[in-house]
Amino acid sequence: MIVIAIISLGLIGAIGAVFLYAASKKFEVYEDPRIGQVQEALPGANCGACGFPGCAGFATACVNAATMDGLFCPVGGADVMSQVSTILGKEVEMAEPMVAVVRCNGSCAVRPRQNQYDGTRSCAIASALYGGETGCSFGCHGFGDCVTVCDFDAIHINPETMLPEVDEEKCTSCGACVKACPKSIIELRKKGPKSRRIFVSCVNKDKGAPARKACGSACIGCGKCVKECAFEAITLENNLAYIDYTKCRLCRKCVAVCPTGAIHELNFPPRKEKAPEAEGTPVVEKTI
Amino acid sequence: MLKTFRIGGIHPPENKLSAGKAIQTLALPKQVIIPLSQHIGAPATAVVKKGDEVKVGSLIGQASGFVSANIHSSVSGKVNKIDNVLDASGYRRPAVFIDVEGDEWEEAIDRQEGFVKAFDLTSKEIVQKITDAGIVGLGGATFPTQVKLTPPPGNTAEILIINAAECEPYLTADHSLMMEKGNEIMTGISLLMKAVHVKKAVIGIENNKKDAIAHLQHLQSNYHGIEVMPLKVQYPQGGEKQLIDAVMRRQVKSGALPISVGAVVQNVGTAFAVYEAVVKNKPLFERIVTVTGKEVLNPGNFKVRIGTSIQTLIDAAGGLPENTGKVIGGGPMMGKALANTEVPVTKGSSGVLLITEKEAKRKPVMSCIRCTKCVNVCPMGLNPTLLMTTTEFTNWDLAEKNHIADCIECGSCSYTCPSNRPLLDQIRLGKGKVMGIMRARKS
Amino acid sequence: MNLYVSPSPHIHGGDSVSKNMYGVLIALVPAFLVSLYFFGVGALVVTLVSVVSCMLFEFLIQKFLMKKEPTLWDGSALLTGLLLAFNLPSNLPVWIIVIGALAAIGIGKMSFGGLGNNIFNPALVGRVFLLISFPAQMTTWPVPEVMSMNYTDVETGATILTMLKSGSGDLPTYTQMLIGERGGSLGEIGAIALLLGLIFMWVRRIISWHIPVSILGTVFLFTGILHLVNPAEFANPLVHLLSGGLLLGAIFMATDYVTSPMSKKGMLIYGVGIGILTTVIRLFGAYPEGMSFAILIMNAFTPLINTYVKPKHFGGN
Repeated sequence: MIVIAIISLGLIGAIGAVFLYAASKKFEVYEDPRIGQVQEALPGANCGACGFPGCAGFATACVNAATMDGLFCPVGGADVMSQVSTILGKEVEMAEPMVAVVRCNGSCAVRPRQNQYDGTRSCAIASALYGGETGCSFGCHGFGDCVTVCDFDAIHINPETMLPEVDEEKCTSCGACVKACPKSIIELRKKGPKSRRIFVSCVNKDKGAPARKACGSACIGCGKCVKECAFEAITLENNLAYIDYTKCRLCRKCVAVCPTGAIHELNFPPRKEKAPEAEGTPVVEKTI
Repeated sequence: MLKTFRIGGIHPPENKLSAGKAIQTLALPKQVIIPLSQHIGAPATAVVKKGDEVKVGSLIGQASGFVSANIHSSVSGKVNKIDNVLDASGYRRPAVFIDVEGDEWEEAIDRQEGFVKAFDLTSKEIVQKITDAGIVGLGGATFPTQVKLTPPPGNTAEILIINAAECEPYLTADHSLMMEKGNEIMTGISLLMKAVHVKKAVIGIENNKKDAIAHLQHLQSNYHGIEVMPLKVQYPQGGEKQLIDAVMRRQVKSGALPISVGAVVQNVGTAFAVYEAVVKNKPLFERIVTVTGKEVLNPGNFKVRIGTSIQTLIDAAGGLPENTGKVIGGGPMMGKALANTEVPVTKGSSGVLLITEKEAKRKPVMSCIRCTKCVNVCPMGLNPTLLMTTTEFTNWDLAEKNHIADCIECGSCSYTCPSNRPLLDQIRLGKGKVMGIMRARKS
Repeated sequence: MNLYVSPSPHIHGGDSVSKNMYGVLIALVPAFLVSLYFFGVGALVVTLVSVVSCMLFEFLIQKFLMKKEPTLWDGSALLTGLLLAFNLPSNLPVWIIVIGALAAIGIGKMSFGGLGNNIFNPALVGRVFLLISFPAQMTTWPVPEVMSMNYTDVETGATILTMLKSGSGDLPTYTQMLIGERGGSLGEIGAIALLLGLIFMWVRRIISWHIPVSILGTVFLFTGILHLVNPAEFANPLVHLLSGGLLLGAIFMATDYVTSPMSKKGMLIYGVGIGILTTVIRLFGAYPEGMSFAILIMNAFTPLINTYVKPKHFGGN
C-alpha cells in the first residue's frame, strides 16, 4: 500500500515538474535585467510625476530610450538620476530642483467670506458650481483637493488662514497638486539657491478696485513691480503680475514696492531696518 | 390612467404656493444690468458703448455664432458702462449697465394689448424673427431656440411637444402664463409647428394644474392639430427625454437628440415668447418669474424686465425673511443657489425660491447602505451610488461604461438618499470629466 | 447674513438610515410577541443579551479599534442583534450568545469596514458561526410552552424539518404553523406575524417585493414539483413554506440592503438562487435547514450579480 502511494505520488510530482519546466521555457519572457536595477534605484512612489505609469514604466522607458532627454524623476532628483545614469551608462541631463508654490495669500483675515459653501467639501465640485465663498473668484477654496492628492504628505491646509502650505522638505515637485487645483493656483517653480524664491502670491485677474475690495492682499495690477524690476522678469497681463523665475535675480525690490503685499519672498534673511544707501531708492516696508 | 415616463422618478411635496396668483407687472427699476451671456453657447458681442441712448427692445448684444442669441435692452435710457458683473455663479462676466430714463419702446413693437391671431409667414421668416428676437429655451436650459428649430440634415420632425409640465416644486410661472395667455400660447405653438413643418403638437401638462388643462382644452378646438395631454405628476417630467417618453412612449438613445425619435420639444414660455416675437415684433426682454418660499409674505408671479436685480423681485414679494438660509434661482431640485441677491434676472430665470436656514443646511453624510433607493428613482436607469464611487476613485473608464454621461442632473438620487449622500455633487463632477474624455477621443 | 450655497438639489426627501432600520424593527415586533408567547422568558433573555452585546461590541470596536465616532443609534447594530436572536434557540446559554454577537459584529460587519461595506449578512455570520461551533446547543430547540418561565431548562423536541428529515414525529397542523405553535428558532415560528411584518415593510416602501416573492415562489415551485413526482418522500410545498427559517430568511435576512443586489433583475436572480439552494440543502443535504447557508452563498454572489446585471438603462436595448 505504502509503496504504491509513494510511487504514484512521486510519478504525479515528476510529471508536474516536467510540465512546469517545459512551460517556463516555452513561455519565457525576456526582460532586460537593467529594468529591475533601475527600478530598485527609483523611489518607488509610483506617483506618475515623470509622465509614465509608475516607476516600472519609467524604468523601462529609461532602459529603452536612446538618450535620457526628457526623462527625469522629479521625486528622486539628482541623486537618483545619477544612480540611474551609472547603471545605464547614459548621460543624464540634470533638471533644476523645483517646488510647488501656492499663489494665493487671501487668508481669512484679508478675504472675508460672503457666503457659506454647504456642498461636498471638494475644490473641484465647488468651483464647478460657483466662484467661491469670498468675493474673489480666482482664489483658493481651501477644501484641500491638493492635500488629498499629495502622496508625500507635503501640503497641508493651515487652519488659521485656510490656505494650503507646502512643506519644502517633503515636496518632490511631482505636480499632482498642480493638476488637482481647479483654480490653477499652484505652480511648480525653481527652488532657488538656499530655497530662496520670490513670486506673486495671487492669481486674481480682476481690475484693481474689485480685486482689492474682495481681498486685502490681492495683486491689483498696478505695475509698480514691473517698473521696479531691473531684469525684465516681471510681466503684467490681465491685471496680474507674474515673475518669470528664470529671469528673476532675487533682488527683492519688487517685494518692497508692492502696495498690497501680494509679492512674497521665502527663506531670505531678515531685512535691515534702513535701506541700503547705494541703491538710492528707499525701500518701503512691506505692508500686509 | 394618466401617462408619465417609465423609469424612476420621485414626487416631492409640490408646494405651489403661488398657484392661481395673477401675474403682476413689476415697476421699472432705476438701473438694469443685462449680462451678455444669458444662454448656452457663445456670449453675445456688445453693439452699444458707454453713453449710447437705447430704447426698450433695442439690440445691445449681437449673437456671435450659430449657437448664440441676441440680447436686447429691456428699458429705455443711457448705457452707463459695459463692465464685468458678478453673475449667479459668482464669476465676473461682461454685462451692459443701463440707467433707466422713461419707458420708450422701439417703434416696430406692437404695443396693443389685444390678441392677434392672424399671421401669414413662411417657416423661414418665422425662424428668422425668432432668431432676431433672441429667444432661448425659457424652461431654464436657455438653449437658443432657432438652433432647435433647425434640425440637422437627414432628420425630420413628426411632432412638436410643448413642455408645460413645470415639474419643479414651488414654481408656477408657466402655470400662470397658461391661465392668462392661453390664446397667445396656442398661436405661438401654431407658429412653432409651422417652423418645424409638423402637423401635430402635444402640450404635456402635469395633472396638478387642472385649471390650466381645462382652459387650454377649451381653446384647443380653435387651433388645428394641438392636443392637450394631462400627465401624472412625477418629477422630472419636464426633462426633455422624460417628457418625450411620457408623450410618445419612445426613448431617446444615449447621446442622441430628441429629433432622432422625431420630436422637437419647446417650453410653453418659449411658445409665448415666439408669439410676441413673430406677431408683435417684440424681442425677448421680459419674462414671468415666480418668487416664492414658505416664509415669503406674498409669493407670486411677476412680469419683470431682464436685468432687474433679484433683490428688487424679492422686495416686491414682501422682502427677504429673517431666517432665509438659501436663495435659489429656479426650483429646489435643479435651481442654482445664489451667493448674493444683487444678481440680475436673466432669460433663464424661472423662479426665485427662498429656503429657510433650517431646510437649507445639509444633514451629515453617512455610509451608503446600498438600499438601492437611488437606483429605483433614477429616471435614466443609472446606478447613482456606483457612479458616485467611480468618481471618488477617479475610475473614469468604469464611469463611462455605466453611462455617467447620460445623467440629466435632476437630483432625484440625492433627494432620496437616506444616508444624505451628495450623490449628484460627485456624479456631476464625474460626468464633466468623462464627457471631456469622450470629446477628446472623438476629435 | 451669509447665505448657504451648495449644488442642487436643495431639498431632501427626509428619509434616513435610522428611519429604515427602525421600520424593520417595527416590522419584527409581531414575530417577537409570538415568540414571547410561546417561548416565554427564554425568548426575552436571548433577545436582550443578543441586542445588548451586539450594540456593545459595535460601540467598542468603533470607539477603540476603528477610532471613529460611534454610530450606535442608527439602529443597525440593534437590528443585527435582534435578527441574530431570532435565529437562535430560546434556550441558548448567555455566553454562547455573546460569542455569536462578537462574530456577527466583529467578523460579519466591522472587519469589512462597518455599515454598508460588509459582504455577508452579519446576523447570519453570527448564527452560522455558532451552528458550526456549537452544533449540539444550536440544534436542540425548545418545544412551545405558553408563557414559560424557564430559560435553559426547558423541554426540547424536534422541529418540523428534523421530523421531515428523520421521517418520524407528528407534524403540527397548518393552524399551529401559521400562529407559531411549533419548535424552532426564536423568531421563525409565527408565519402570520412574519407576513404582517412583510406587509408593513411593503407599505412603508422599505423593501420591494422582488426578493421575498422570488425566494418563496422558487421554494414553492421546486418542492411542489418534487411532491407531485413523489408525495411519499417529499413533503407538501406548503409545509416547506411554513417550516424552518424560510419566511424569516426570505422577509428579513435576504432582503438586507447591504448584502443583496441593486437591480430588480439582480434581486430576482438572487432570490431564485436562494430558493434553489435552500431546497437542495433541505431535501438532499446533511442539514435539515439550509436557509442561512443559501443566503450566505448568494451574498457572496451579490457583487458578481451587480457587475453583470444592471438596472434598465433609459434608451438602452
